[in-house]
Amino acid sequence: MSTPLLDVLGVVKRFGGLTALAEVSLTIGRGEIYGLIGPNGAGKTTLFNVLTGLYVPDAGEVRLDDAPLPLKQPHRVVRAGVARTFQNIRLFANMTALENVMVGRHLRTRAGVFGAMLRTAATRAEEKAIAERAHALLHYVGVERHSNVIARNLSYGDQRRLEIARALATEPRLLALDEPAAGMNPTERLALGQLVGRIRADGTTVLLIEHDVKLVMGLCDRVAVLDYGKRIAEGAPREVQRDPAVIAAYLGVEAAHAA
Amino acid sequence: MADALSALFRRRGTKPWVGLALLAGVLLILPFMLAQAGTTWVRVTNLTILFALLALGLNIVVGFAGLLDLGYIAFYAVGAYAYALLASPHFGLHLPFWVILPMGALLACAAGVLLGAPTLKLRGDYLAIVTLGFGEIVRIFMNNLSQPFNVTNGPQGVTLIDPFRIGTFSFAKPETLLGLSFSGPIKYYYLLLVVMVVVIAVNLRLEDSRIGRAWMAIREDELAAKAVGIDTRNVKLLAFAMGASFGGIAGGMFAAMQGFVSPESFGLVESIMVLAMVVLGGMGNVWGVVLGAALLTFVPELLRHTVEPLQKGVLGRVVIEPEVIRMLLFGAALVLMMRFRPAGLFPSRARKREFAAGRGPEVP
Repeated sequence: MSTPLLDVLGVVKRFGGLTALAEVSLTIGRGEIYGLIGPNGAGKTTLFNVLTGLYVPDAGEVRLDDAPLPLKQPHRVVRAGVARTFQNIRLFANMTALENVMVGRHLRTRAGVFGAMLRTAATRAEEKAIAERAHALLHYVGVERHSNVIARNLSYGDQRRLEIARALATEPRLLALDEPAAGMNPTERLALGQLVGRIRADGTTVLLIEHDVKLVMGLCDRVAVLDYGKRIAEGAPREVQRDPAVIAAYLGVEAAHAA
Repeated sequence: MADALSALFRRRGTKPWVGLALLAGVLLILPFMLAQAGTTWVRVTNLTILFALLALGLNIVVGFAGLLDLGYIAFYAVGAYAYALLASPHFGLHLPFWVILPMGALLACAAGVLLGAPTLKLRGDYLAIVTLGFGEIVRIFMNNLSQPFNVTNGPQGVTLIDPFRIGTFSFAKPETLLGLSFSGPIKYYYLLLVVMVVVIAVNLRLEDSRIGRAWMAIREDELAAKAVGIDTRNVKLLAFAMGASFGGIAGGMFAAMQGFVSPESFGLVESIMVLAMVVLGGMGNVWGVVLGAALLTFVPELLRHTVEPLQKGVLGRVVIEPEVIRMLLFGAALVLMMRFRPAGLFPSRARKREFAAGRGPEVP
């Protein structure tokens, strides 16, 4: 593993009597594609929501580049450099693809109310830069020809890609994708795998929740397995695949013995 | 026309110039035409513009940011009282209007932040209830702040408020220029027209800006807006503050034009009226909102002045009070609109899509 980028340290999250995350710790290295897998209800999305500030953990902390993430405020988490997509796509449905990505630039731009009202030279230059960057990102994820289409009218696969473009617009150091291939056909999955590979090659670390084992195994450098809110395994995909605890979690204890 | 007009304000188009020049021409000679029918009509037009200003301010809060505000008239009240107290014999203060108007806007803005800061975690119905309460609180304050110190003069209100004045030029006195007689209301009309053009331009520019996009994003999906790094609390507060400032300016102009303010003008019905203008015209669309304000202020006045003489002429007496007809038509208009044009007369692009999507099968 390369130098660590994100450290999750003993994160606990309870919902009433249910412990969704029981002291989960993991470390994501810089430049990795890190997979998070586990059966339904294992706590993957809960962990995502903690990482991105939507849930406040009951205990533990998360450090990005050795600085604690401000977990109570989602917008500051994004500012610190963790951007995400959602399992059930959450685009700004009635805005165009371009506008969606332009909103993603909000964080890294500054124009305020007075700049907008007076339309100063600085504001106009910034608006131009925002639009250019948004176009470039749409091109990057391959949705550029739909830039003026309303987000809700895009195909499912394109919506997923658009959400990635919007997240990339915030200039993240860690891009967290929650089941990006869900609902995609094999061709789309392949293309998505290539896109994720390219994002990593261009210097952004990727955290991936995914059910498609083939995609995870082919793409990820390392994988962590969650089960009932506990991290039961971590390592290279091949090792994890053979781990008895993992087999037990997915297929039951007997299957693990048989293996 | 709406689209063409907004296109004009956004970039330098060539075609809409003709339409705009025509519109400008009509607006410039309008008060003289109306004055032929009586100065009342100029006053009604002025009131229409005033309400359009208010509706445009509320449009920022409700239309752009999607925050339901039922107490918006409170900011109008703050602006009006700020002007009334600083330019009347009540305290013996007579500050010039160009000092008070910005102050009134700032005060209203502060009131907006005061209301917004503790309530912005609320959404939808809950926010509506709190803002409704806030509006009432402000009105009741105005009503009762005559003791122990007489600040607002209670229900009697503040009278003898100074008109706008620049040097010796007063907006209240009639004047003859180039053979045309400019009455007080006509002078105010031109002032209001200028202010409205500025407010419309500001609205359009805000909509098409970084902040405007953030407002729209919050309206669409607040959680997703947070997840792309928008500080939703501050951005929503900004919407409240901006909307309130416009309300404050409109309030100051109202006080100066009427020469009198009392708590009566700032009740819940007024808040709802302004909201109805925004909704009827088309939430989020500047031109729709202006049209909504025009319809809901001008048409009722028109009825008020025609219904009575008509009944007297035909039936010999007044059977139905004009006020009753006004409310009846007002209700009917809203019901019909909800049935046939639920997004408003001139909805904004995004609203149109929203409502279209509600009917279509394409929701993902």
